[in-house]
Amino acid sequence: MNRYPMWKNIFVAIMILIGLIYTIPNFFGESPAVQVTPSKSSTKLDPALLGQVEAIFKQEKIAYDGIYLDLRGVKARFANTDTQIKAKDVLQANLGKDYTVALNLLSRSPEWLHNLGAKPMYLGLDLRGGVHFMLQVDMKAALDKAAERFVGDFRIALRKERISYLGVTREGQSVQIRFSTAGELLKARTVISKDFPNLTLKETTDGADQLLTASLNVLEQKRIQDFALKQNIQTLHNRINELGVAEPIIQQQGADRVVVQLPGVQDTAKAKEILGRTATLEIILVDEVKTYVATLEKAEKGQAPLGDEAYKTRDGRTILVKKNVVLTGDYITDAGPGVNSQSGQSVVNVTLDGRGARVFQQVTRENVGKRMAILLIEKGSTEVITAPVINEEIGGGRVQISGMANTQEATDISLLLRAGALAAPMDIIEERTVGPSMGQDNITRGVHSTLWGFAAIAVMMMVYYMAFGVVSVAALAINLLLLVAILSMLQATLTLPGLAAIALALGMAIDANVLINERVREELRNGNTPQASIHAGYERAFDTILDSNVTTLIAGLALFMFGTGPIKGFAVVHVLGILTSMFSAVLVSRAFVNLIYGYRRKVNKLSIGQIFKA
Amino acid sequence: MELFRIKNDIPFMSYGRLTTSISLVTFLLAIVFLATRGLNFGVDFTGGTVMEVNYPQTANLETIRKAVDSIGLKEATVQNFGSSHDVLIRLPVKPGASVSQLSEQVKAALVQADSTAEVRRVESVGAQVGDELYENGGLALFFVCVGIVLYLWLRFEWRFAVAAIIANMHDVVIILGFFAFFQWEFNLTVLAAILAVLGYSVNESVVVFDRVRENFRKMRKASVVQVIDNAITRTMSRTIITHTMTQTMVGSMLLFGGEVLHNFALALTIGILFGIYSSVLVACPIAMWLGVNRANLIGDIEKKESDKKEVVEVIS
Repeated sequence: MNRYPMWKNIFVAIMILIGLIYTIPNFFGESPAVQVTPSKSSTKLDPALLGQVEAIFKQEKIAYDGIYLDLRGVKARFANTDTQIKAKDVLQANLGKDYTVALNLLSRSPEWLHNLGAKPMYLGLDLRGGVHFMLQVDMKAALDKAAERFVGDFRIALRKERISYLGVTREGQSVQIRFSTAGELLKARTVISKDFPNLTLKETTDGADQLLTASLNVLEQKRIQDFALKQNIQTLHNRINELGVAEPIIQQQGADRVVVQLPGVQDTAKAKEILGRTATLEIILVDEVKTYVATLEKAEKGQAPLGDEAYKTRDGRTILVKKNVVLTGDYITDAGPGVNSQSGQSVVNVTLDGRGARVFQQVTRENVGKRMAILLIEKGSTEVITAPVINEEIGGGRVQISGMANTQEATDISLLLRAGALAAPMDIIEERTVGPSMGQDNITRGVHSTLWGFAAIAVMMMVYYMAFGVVSVAALAINLLLLVAILSMLQATLTLPGLAAIALALGMAIDANVLINERVREELRNGNTPQASIHAGYERAFDTILDSNVTTLIAGLALFMFGTGPIKGFAVVHVLGILTSMFSAVLVSRAFVNLIYGYRRKVNKLSIGQIFKA
Repeated sequence: MELFRIKNDIPFMSYGRLTTSISLVTFLLAIVFLATRGLNFGVDFTGGTVMEVNYPQTANLETIRKAVDSIGLKEATVQNFGSSHDVLIRLPVKPGASVSQLSEQVKAALVQADSTAEVRRVESVGAQVGDELYENGGLALFFVCVGIVLYLWLRFEWRFAVAAIIANMHDVVIILGFFAFFQWEFNLTVLAAILAVLGYSVNESVVVFDRVRENFRKMRKASVVQVIDNAITRTMSRTIITHTMTQTMVGSMLLFGGEVLHNFALALTIGILFGIYSSVLVACPIAMWLGVNRANLIGDIEKKESDKKEVVEVIS
């Protein structure tokens, strides 16, 4: 009765083999590598890149240990860091700015393992060093900005339909349009409700004026917030690509947060500066009508005329611009530094998308001879970069911004513009930095905790339960093997709390084997035959094992659902550890016991330690 | 080797009044400490900054304090931990300054005071993050309790479910009491440890309850008290060995785990020690007083028999 059918033995053997294959890659360590990825996440990865990189290495006589293409780009590994750095420089020079070349570490595991999909676990920041940021998106600002955009859209729509209105203003997150007659309001209402179906419209009167208030409905608010978050994540991707970080993690968390993890980054100040930048570009018409000296002086004291805003230009003069924004940075598709061939000045060449180009063409056509201000808004302060006169209609969406102090500034500003604008400002609300030596220490700590604990348990189990103790320890070792294999297969991120969870899972998993062994002893004590005792012991213990694991599982799931960051990592390992322990403690240990005792013709005594008979 | 040679059942239930009063006293003491001293919440909850700085030589705390003071952070605490080379700096949330600016300022000041300073770890958390943690921590605790009660109710009986959860919540309060009394830092990993302990010590009650149910079936003539006494006695060796094993692992973490895992392992240790006691000597008397008997497990036994058959098929 204590024999497994052949298929069951084979099944256990296969599981152990799979466990081995997927666990091994964790032991090969890592070697220096470079990775080449497209600079912009919008650019599709071209499989020809692999050949291109190989050709460059061949041409420059750089020896590499391995090279492959994955979903994100091309990765190549090298024997030492000198070659790695040389390769990086060579690649950067040959591939140009379309690709980002970053230093990385890659597993040294052999090719055939890699082809099987067996990769080492991904180490979390606390184990490899790096920075973790949590950024909070200012959703109120995103909604304000959206309302601001509707102000412009309404003006255009009303003008197109030749509906006369007194004014369009933003009040908080709603837009108010003023009419002199109820008839015009009615016409406007039809137009707006047709063109902008996601707005809630309300009519009121203010003295003699008729007011139409449009506010964003809940659905539209949610859409705008989702969009703002997506846009910000996209922008962060672009900016981080400019930083050249290997394997950054940029994830949405909750409704209004973004988590950014930059492994290996030590210069936190620079990382923060790049992430925290909220530069946006605004192109606005200068209010030429109100350029009298008296008005300007008043504006300097903070009393700008209605509908205008006062800013200082670089040479210190005050300039009045209309509140109505013509174009924002959202419409920019590319920007790069350049030199104006006539003046020799540094400039930034900006390319606009189709919609931006159309708006820009229309505005320049209607305002020839007037000035246009280009504002850079960074961290709440606005700067007028330049305010050139519009000489002619500008079509095609190519705009040259002059007024740069030098080439460096032109480069900086184009980088900012190219990396895209944030749809809404963000604040860093959490920061965790782990130095590289700390990471190594943490690995040692976690691994030592697990191994010494395991060794102590193994010795105690073997002394107390003899052969059954050896089986229990073997089952526990296979539990560890399977757990690490599953974590590697899932490419889960291993953190220090995760390592603690592995240790704890082992400490708790031994319970199942203790339960079984105690039950077997008890059956023997009651005078049953050895074979019957094994059978009954395993069977009786199973119910208890199941019940006790379910309660542990409930706690693990709760941790997973409500935990964040390190707690989630702990919970994942904890839950997986419970599941693997069910398999190894019951099925695998039984297979071993069956192999030891099941095939003997006569068993007089079980090696399970001394049993006291009452 | 066999440690437990127990001839007769130990009359645990006759000590029921004593064991529960001991529990009640520790429980009340824990509440008193929680109320008077409160928990020493880590930056995860309160917001603020913790920096771990390493020096190649013995760290001069006075210089470091001066450096931190120089940027106007009077409430900062500077202390050694682990060795004389390692320093832990704690800064409260400073209104007006963002978390990211603050840590850069301190870093710059430290390096200026002593260029050999190596900042090994920085954790800065804004106040708004902490508030959510209380909420999520509370929710997680609530969910675990409800989940466990429901499961035990389904598998056993409501009396067992209530007894088990009372016993284990009392463990949680006692762990918190320890943290309040010694003013150990209560951080996210400690919260994880507490929830893990909750799931783990319920195991203990489950094992005993399982035996109680089995005994009701086998020991037809025994009284409820005898049944429970026998169940505890029979499972005692497993209880002690299992906990010794788990504690060995946790002890190894306490020894090798370093600063980050220290309080995590500490919470587990207290949880395991009190878990043994309460899940047996508190849960069982409560279940008994709630009126567990053969009659209210009868229907359950039949259902259980059919379960058994399925299990046998799966195993063989």
